[in-house]
Amino acid sequence: MADYYNYLIVVLLMVMGLYIVMAQGNLVKKLIGLNIFQTSVFIFYISTAKVSGGTAPIVIDGAELYSNPLPQVLILTAIVVGIATMSLALALVLRIKRAYGSVEEDVILEQDKSC
Amino acid sequence: MVRARDLFATVMLSGIYGLLSASFFILMDAADVAFTEAAVGAGIFPLLMLTVLTSVGRYEAERRRVRYLPLFVMVVLAGALFAAVLQMPPFGAVDAPSHGHVAQRYIQDSPAEIGIPNMVTSVLASYRGFDTLGEVVVIFTAAVGVVVILLGGRPKTPQQSTQALMAEHKVLRVVGKMLIPLILLFGLYVQFHGEYGPGGGFQAGVIFAVGIILYAMLFGLSNAQRVVPLGVLRWLVALGVLIYGSVGLANLVVGGEYLNYSMLASDPVTGQHIGIILIELGVGITVASAMVLIFFAFTRATRSRDELEE
Amino acid sequence: MPELITLLSSLCLLLGAFLIFSGGLGVLRFPDFFTRMHAAGVTETMAVTLIVLGLMLHSGWGLPLFKLLLILLFVMITGPTASHALAKSALHGGLRPLGDDSNNERH
Repeated sequence: MADYYNYLIVVLLMVMGLYIVMAQGNLVKKLIGLNIFQTSVFIFYISTAKVSGGTAPIVIDGAELYSNPLPQVLILTAIVVGIATMSLALALVLRIKRAYGSVEEDVILEQDKSC
Repeated sequence: MVRARDLFATVMLSGIYGLLSASFFILMDAADVAFTEAAVGAGIFPLLMLTVLTSVGRYEAERRRVRYLPLFVMVVLAGALFAAVLQMPPFGAVDAPSHGHVAQRYIQDSPAEIGIPNMVTSVLASYRGFDTLGEVVVIFTAAVGVVVILLGGRPKTPQQSTQALMAEHKVLRVVGKMLIPLILLFGLYVQFHGEYGPGGGFQAGVIFAVGIILYAMLFGLSNAQRVVPLGVLRWLVALGVLIYGSVGLANLVVGGEYLNYSMLASDPVTGQHIGIILIELGVGITVASAMVLIFFAFTRATRSRDELEE
Repeated sequence: MPELITLLSSLCLLLGAFLIFSGGLGVLRFPDFFTRMHAAGVTETMAVTLIVLGLMLHSGWGLPLFKLLLILLFVMITGPTASHALAKSALHGGLRPLGDDSNNERH
């Protein structure tokens, strides 16, 4: 079981994030849930990259075993892309607030119905 | 985090969460990733969230009931994922399938082929250069999207509010003045040291942007826009992508493949080196100006709302 | 001589760890915002200084020493500034320290 500790945490975080996205009514909170979900995927990739006994993938004398650089590259770019897309979502939230006067899901849906 | 109604506290907690995951990445040998996560997860993400909170309000509506259908779905999903995860090779195994294929080649051959010690940089900028170009274009598009959503379709009003967010904090301003040049210098160091240690265009861009955002918070948006005007930022966002793409085209011209830098100089390793420096520069410019542009757009959008309400 | 340096560095690290622990305890146990902030702020600056000092003794001459020195400088500048900003914002927001009886008076 100890060998899979990281992966179990990842699953927990992922499910928590997804639950926040589905169950919370506030749009800002939904985005925070999405952020947790996203980070769980990052942690998953980085965990698979780790080789026990290895060092960081920067060439130094005397190191034989390196961790896998490939997932690290993917996640490195994903983090920055993640914040860029997240800010796009936040911009949409701001516009929704401007148009509906609220960021609560219920209020917005009600306004849509009464239209 | 789920239960707190105060969104401000939630955002602060998510900042701490970002810092914690950065330290976790260090433990997992991913120095470059930790660097990025520390700058983004604990720096820019909470900042943007707080800027949005000033507009959408600090508290969410009262609602305390648990939703059972999502909860049920999540429990089932968690069970399925647990079962799937337990089939994976154990954590840290040397012979896991993800370490096969190209990863071995990157580790063994990249020092000789690319000639730089940091494998993450060589994979990022050279082997998977085309992929990274895609990522940079995504960042560019996101910045354009934010600007269109928040600043588009509104007549340009002359900037009237010079009040900074933290104008009353004298000590903060003095210390900020001392630190901002150091932050920018550190950004440049990270940018050009990326081949030898952890660092590179993505991290440097974010750090650089944080320095300018700090300036904007301490001395007011209009002062910051005098340093880096919006128009210049728009050009810079495009310029970074342009540099990246034209390095690729330059390779085609001298007779190599797109984004294969070996032909840029007589010696393939030197060619790779030149290519990677240029590419990282393009990435850094785009990331930094995109982040600053996004922050400016957010501040302007929230600020003009307040003025409308008054 | 190397034994002495190792001893000193371990002493610094241990003291720093103890300070961090007591700071954490203070944040949890102290009664109001300002005393908690005192626990966090004072121990943070002191503990980080001690820990970095211990690491500096440990690392010996070289580039890491210089980098640690820079980190130390950075922490010594930012830590107190952050505490100051926090306290000032709290006062500004209307929080009063314990034992301050001028509660009705607006500043």
